[in-house]
Amino acid sequence: MAPGLFMFTVYVLWPIVQSITLSFYDWNGLYNQDGEFTGTFVGMGNYAELIRDPAFETSLWNNFYWLALYLLALPAGLLIAIFLNQTVTGIRLYKSLFFFPFVISQVVVGLIFAWFYAPNFGLFYLLTEWVTGDGTAILADPDLVTFGIIAAGLWPQIAYVMILYLTGLNNVAPDQIEAARLDGAKGWRMLWYVVLPQLRPATFIAVIVTVIGALRSFDLVSIMTTGGPFGSSRVLSYYMFEMALGEFGFRMGYGAAIAVVLFAIMMIFISGFIWKMWRDEKER
Amino acid sequence: MFPRPIQQSSPAVQWLYSIALPVALLIWLFPLLGVALTSLRPASDLAQGNYFGMPSGIAWENYIFIFTETPIGQYMVNSLWVTIPTVIGAVGLSLMTGFALAVYGFRGNILVFFMFVAGNFVPFQILMVPVRDMTLNLGMYDTWYGLALFHIAFQTGFCTLFMRNFIKALPYELIEAARVEGVAEWRIFWFIVLPLMRPAIAALSVLVFTFIWNDFFWATVLTQGVDSQPITAGLSSLNGQWIAQWHLVSAGSILAALPPVLMFFLMQKHFIAGLTLGAVK
Repeated sequence: MAPGLFMFTVYVLWPIVQSITLSFYDWNGLYNQDGEFTGTFVGMGNYAELIRDPAFETSLWNNFYWLALYLLALPAGLLIAIFLNQTVTGIRLYKSLFFFPFVISQVVVGLIFAWFYAPNFGLFYLLTEWVTGDGTAILADPDLVTFGIIAAGLWPQIAYVMILYLTGLNNVAPDQIEAARLDGAKGWRMLWYVVLPQLRPATFIAVIVTVIGALRSFDLVSIMTTGGPFGSSRVLSYYMFEMALGEFGFRMGYGAAIAVVLFAIMMIFISGFIWKMWRDEKER
Repeated sequence: MFPRPIQQSSPAVQWLYSIALPVALLIWLFPLLGVALTSLRPASDLAQGNYFGMPSGIAWENYIFIFTETPIGQYMVNSLWVTIPTVIGAVGLSLMTGFALAVYGFRGNILVFFMFVAGNFVPFQILMVPVRDMTLNLGMYDTWYGLALFHIAFQTGFCTLFMRNFIKALPYELIEAARVEGVAEWRIFWFIVLPLMRPAIAALSVLVFTFIWNDFFWATVLTQGVDSQPITAGLSSLNGQWIAQWHLVSAGSILAALPPVLMFFLMQKHFIAGLTLGAVK
């Protein structure tokens, strides 16, 4: 076990501690000739600056939209799973083709959707032009851009949730369904009172991966808009990267402070997950 | 079974379903199909505004072009150089950690386990500055092994969670019986547990392969040049050069998507088994 734990400590646990420490410093990422750290301690300075930073506020709001809208993947995934949970010829192939978007890289998903949204000839543009008479270049519109990117992110996420629910549906106890059917349960009532309670483990995992996915959104923002136009599609993860390694120079301490905020938000969900696992362990 | 099997409904509904399936699939994969078609469209079509009509010919030359005129082949090789060692490293390490955590009830066991699980979910950004700094100091910045080492460490968290739960589900009597017989611990691991772990190893290998192949964030943070950038980062920088040359962007995208897609099709059962672990009790 030792090597695994060692690697994990060096590359994951220790960096977390370092980042938190770093968030109290002002550092440009360089060392002096003697290899000494050149940062200066600024206490809560970085955090005080964050509160007043409008770009931080935008990013935080966008993260909130991501989180809220990403959860739409749950009902959508469940719907597709129910739609596909049949035994007709070729259904296996259908299921795997529906799962496709999740397998391909987010970079590729981003490029596909950038093409889809492209002004003048993109399908989405043509569609809006046809409906409203005036095309919308969604990635150039500061008010809509985040929603455009979220839609792109939902595509693979729905596929993931779908596969979780398909597996879950496979394991729903058939005798309970039959019993409920004899009692006259149908459609929505059946879904709500009989099926969904049995899908709870699947729902739980789906919520966790969706929330984590929403907060980790970096690739799509970076590929599709690089945070623009005018920084309106930034999220915390991207803003942090921009501050620490981007064109605005190497503000490592400030970046670390943003990362700590994001970490704190995620920690809420991680603790929830751990807490549930811990309860399950005890029951055994 | 829920919903009610379609075979029990009226022929009209069955017919409707058989139509709805392909239509839904087509809509679902529409963006992907569009890109696949664009990648085979000659540049002249796009220049004339023929984006969605019949292509004037199938342009394999788009693919030939990106292979001969851009370093995309090199990027793909780089990706393999990062991905394969990571799969081997992460699966190997997690077999050991998973075994230790599942079989030995030492103090702090559960704490160590939860640390692995929690670490698996942290935002990458909180690791970014220190990991980049450490990689630079070790002289491994912009190398495949610098990137692979980090991936191994990070993926060990996820893999350990998986392995530990898998070993825990094996019959413990097996190990106890071997101990009574006086079999050494490492032999128990090697000859009893390991052969039973094959499905888990297969599932994790495909999953980790896909995750790492598709990783973009760390590729940007830890590598820079053509010599070491994997395909995701490479495609992103090529995209910057090919402004609006959508036939090239599409061809590159399809190429980058191909290996994980192939992997998924070949190992579908394992892939889904790995992904849906925990979705059923």
